[in-house]
Amino acid sequence: MRPLLLALLFVTALARADEVQVAVAANFTAPARQLALDFEKETGHKAVLAFGATGKFYAQIRNGAPFEVLLAADDETPAKLEKEGAAINGTRFTYAVGRLALWSAKAGYVDDKGEVLRRNEFRHLALANPRLAPYGAAAVEALTALKLLDANRPNFVQAENTAQAHQFVASGNAELGFVALSQVMKDGRLGEGSAWVVPASLHQTIRQDAVLLAKGRGRAAAEAWLSFLKGERARAAIRGYGYEI
Amino acid sequence: MFSPSDLAAIWLTLKLATVTTLLLLLIGTPIAWRLARTRSWWKGPLGAVVAMPLVLPPTVLGFYLLLLMGPNGPVGRFTEWIGIGLLPFSFRGLVVASVIYSLPFVVQPLQNAFEAIGERPLEAAATLRASPLDAFFSVAVPLARPGFLTATILGFAHTVGEFGIVLMIGGNIPDKTRVVSVQIYDHVEAMDYAAAHGLAAGMVAFAFVVLLALYLLNSRGRRS
Repeated sequence: MRPLLLALLFVTALARADEVQVAVAANFTAPARQLALDFEKETGHKAVLAFGATGKFYAQIRNGAPFEVLLAADDETPAKLEKEGAAINGTRFTYAVGRLALWSAKAGYVDDKGEVLRRNEFRHLALANPRLAPYGAAAVEALTALKLLDANRPNFVQAENTAQAHQFVASGNAELGFVALSQVMKDGRLGEGSAWVVPASLHQTIRQDAVLLAKGRGRAAAEAWLSFLKGERARAAIRGYGYEI
Repeated sequence: MFSPSDLAAIWLTLKLATVTTLLLLLIGTPIAWRLARTRSWWKGPLGAVVAMPLVLPPTVLGFYLLLLMGPNGPVGRFTEWIGIGLLPFSFRGLVVASVIYSLPFVVQPLQNAFEAIGERPLEAAATLRASPLDAFFSVAVPLARPGFLTATILGFAHTVGEFGIVLMIGGNIPDKTRVVSVQIYDHVEAMDYAAAHGLAAGMVAFAFVVLLALYLLNSRGRRS
């Protein structure tokens, strides 16, 4: 009985060592899922993913959440965690540069120059809350640059994050909305509906940084996950979802 | 202590809870009355439907409401057809959602109160030639007064505490759908913990006062 119990304990300990707990920004959901599969095939380690808003992850990490790696939607949160000692110094890097898209679930609704914003003939324009989400802030910057902010602001419906902004548009409740290009792109092509890829010159660069958290210190799987993300194979997959890297 | 947008959220929340509670008393009373008096086979199914919001996660309700009330959903098609437009992202939409969400908190206390009255007072009223409607208003309602109080307080308080559904169908629009719970969430997410504390502590105090009032009312009702 005792050897069996010991063996069982050993196996569970081993299995646990092979897992890395990753907090993933909502806009990176689709690529992260695919990357986790590739990662497991390549290294045998398993990446356990949790998706959500970066601000929420920040609060959870500061209060002892068991995440070992954060893939943030911005570059400020990882830097802040590093400064506060919740992340490991020198492990930060940009894993993806996000692109903003104006998207509608209806084909032909959004033209390829974004003129639809100038006409302003819609009831609801969805975007992630600019106070919380980098993609929301980028959308407001782009509208400001186009001098269309005041005209469109009364039509704003704000989502908690880009995933929810996408949901508002996908369900047809908002005719169009600003989302991450990664949410509407698969294998280098637009999935459904119509979209305008907002020129990167209209907003600040959406730099999405990854960082090793204090709980991931010295964990083989966590370090393997980070170096996997830096590899060319992962980068190519990330580009396929409409990110630049 | 509160910013103008906090105050707007507080005002909107009180408005939403008041409208919702009034509507719930109108809708919930006949439902509770039927549930309390009937011995029909549909008592079980109807009671289960009314109680479902107790068990379902608000995200499930919010998700289905978003689809049902959207342009491709049957409710959305209907509201567009009668000319009031789509309900998501509007105050009306939040009222509809809140009525569904808080329904059991109003119906169940009323149903309990009506059941506690029993048959005899109503039979007595009938022998005095009171019509059923007359008997309801002059006998059942006064006797069920503690139930109405409990239902009103719980319906109001539960609507104030609503969050998940509002997040799913609200769209966070100032003065229309940005209620206190969403405002707190935004403050927390934006890491503005000081502002979050102000509102969150207010909610804790509100919940305590409401429940204390309920407790005192109930124990007084039992003594008299």
